[in-house]
Amino acid sequence: MISELFTLNVLVGILTSGVRLATSYLYAAIGETFGQISGVLNLGVEGIMLVAAFAAYYVVLQSGSLWLGLLVAIIVGAAMGLMMAFISVTLKAEQGISGIGVYLFGLGLSDLLNRVLIKAPQTVNGFANIKIPVLTDLPIVGPILFNQNLLVYGAFALVPVAWFVLNRTTFGLKVRAVGQNPGAADTLGISVAAIRYTTVTLGGALSGIAGASLSIALLNVFQNNLTAGQGFIAVALVYFGAWKPFRVMLGCLLFSMVNAFQLWIQVLKIPLPSDIALMLPYLLTVVALMFAARQAVAQPAALTKPFGRGE
Amino acid sequence: MKAFDFSRLNAIVVPLLAGALGLLVGAVMLLALGANPLDAYAAMGQGAFGSPNAFADTLVKAGPLLFVGIGTCIAYRCGVINIGGEGQIVIGALCATGIALTFQGASAWFLVPAGLVAGFVGGGIWAGIAGVLKVRFSVNEVLSTIMLNSIAGYIMTFFLNGPIMDPTTRDNSIKIPQTQRMPNASDLARWVPTQLHAGIVLAIILAVLAYILLWRTTIGYRIRAVGFNPRAARYAGISVSRYQVLAFILSGGLAGVGGAVQLLGVTHRLFSDGSILGFTGNAGFNGIVAALFGGLHPIGAIPASILFGALLVGANQLQRTVQVPSAFVTTLDGLIVVFVVASQIWAQRRTVRVDESRSVGAPQAAPVPPPHETVVTK
Repeated sequence: MISELFTLNVLVGILTSGVRLATSYLYAAIGETFGQISGVLNLGVEGIMLVAAFAAYYVVLQSGSLWLGLLVAIIVGAAMGLMMAFISVTLKAEQGISGIGVYLFGLGLSDLLNRVLIKAPQTVNGFANIKIPVLTDLPIVGPILFNQNLLVYGAFALVPVAWFVLNRTTFGLKVRAVGQNPGAADTLGISVAAIRYTTVTLGGALSGIAGASLSIALLNVFQNNLTAGQGFIAVALVYFGAWKPFRVMLGCLLFSMVNAFQLWIQVLKIPLPSDIALMLPYLLTVVALMFAARQAVAQPAALTKPFGRGE
Repeated sequence: MKAFDFSRLNAIVVPLLAGALGLLVGAVMLLALGANPLDAYAAMGQGAFGSPNAFADTLVKAGPLLFVGIGTCIAYRCGVINIGGEGQIVIGALCATGIALTFQGASAWFLVPAGLVAGFVGGGIWAGIAGVLKVRFSVNEVLSTIMLNSIAGYIMTFFLNGPIMDPTTRDNSIKIPQTQRMPNASDLARWVPTQLHAGIVLAIILAVLAYILLWRTTIGYRIRAVGFNPRAARYAGISVSRYQVLAFILSGGLAGVGGAVQLLGVTHRLFSDGSILGFTGNAGFNGIVAALFGGLHPIGAIPASILFGALLVGANQLQRTVQVPSAFVTTLDGLIVVFVVASQIWAQRRTVRVDESRSVGAPQAAPVPPPHETVVTK
């Protein structure tokens, strides 16, 4: 039974699902990375993902247009990100707890709308897999990397873009400055508030795509608490990835691979209780956080600290 | 008595205003859903307070919120954030289940106290893990407690699908993840015919004890000192990490007692409806909401828990009479949290001013960036 797990087909299966499952974590975690580097911990990602996932699903159900659904998810995500920015930047609220507020709001709102607007749940035709010519025919890597849906490609393309923006552009420099020493950034004429508003709103928009990647690409349906903690895990993965996009991506992949592994354990009916298998990714995250913190990578110095002149 | 303190008034007025604002936004949402907000809120009030039975239900719903809420107050006063209430409730209930199923023939004099203590120990250990992870491995407690919530849920379903599954359903083709009914001797005293049980009284007693602990004992003083200014506490010879772990254990232990009370007083069996929400009713999060609303003070948490218990009970009535799904209340809870937390800015501004006039050059909680010179106007 255990040996079945190590046949080529199964390994390719695990890696393929692992890459696909990493998508939602990637969007959410990369978005969260921007916010955190600028000094704002947005713990409301889960709530944003839920509302955006529902919005995308509903729009696709009504209009049949995947692009419109995605666009609405982005707008909804950005709007909720803007709300979080207003709470944490302008009102200087405690970020951990206000994130929980945004989570509860999103959890309730998505469930409420789902019950009111959707009479009979049905699946939608989500983003289909796109085979990349030539590459998809490669042995092993072809099916794993080059036979995925558009949002999967987008998620992985986002990583180098995020790295470039953060490390090679003036905007990225400002983001990092604002997160390390908002006082100094302020004296240099950088608007701390404007930068933080931008990053948190951007993070919200990306969380919106993360939600849509579940409801109109991976699962193609919406149900109460669809995300089941993914948004929180994405926030943890940012810590794990030490605020570096490529390391965040590694964290997402590690997590999603364990998740895929766990799914295949169940598919192959390997006698490991499914509850224990389901627990693995979360256990792994805790252990990963222990090691991440041990490496003593400095977190953005101003993370979770609101900024006000003269305070 | 001290002279009248405006910051105390703020602690009451600000949450009330925030709550009112929440209800106002809720009214807009109700309008959008095609319901008359006045009718809806009246239905909720009727459902929550309309009869002795309704009020008893409200108190029963308030129970778990209060247990979690007291714990939240202790953790917050020590400067740590425990949002692992869900997991701690579940582990507490699981430990109490273990006691009740192991000693089936025992008398109530043993089963009830032992079950409650087991709940405290279970929840305390579960939260203690997050505490140790924080002080020894500097793992952010917000993240670890959330992960521990999920892990606790799977531990519960693992046991429910195996060792503690109801033996009468074990051989059925469709397996239900639930235990048998706990022995009758383990039931908490109940005021028949209502659902009100002795667990609520216990919650209120514990709230008072938590107040005494925090403000009338040395341990409580140290817990608050650590929360108020860890650096100063360290200079004073207080072991910051020890008290942070202690705060986690107390806070999680209380949530665990809440789980045990829910088991022995309300559900009488442990079950899962696919997630842990079926058993906890999201009390692990709603309790935080109640604590915030109660000014993060154990005594304030009592009326706040009753209020949020009323919202939960009222939500069912809302669904029945004006056909608004009860998820509306979760949305409302979220809004109220956001408003309460966001409104702290007004409560704090005043405190900051007072502190500045009193203490010059007091040690800072954290290294502050060098002063900058743009301070002109605000």
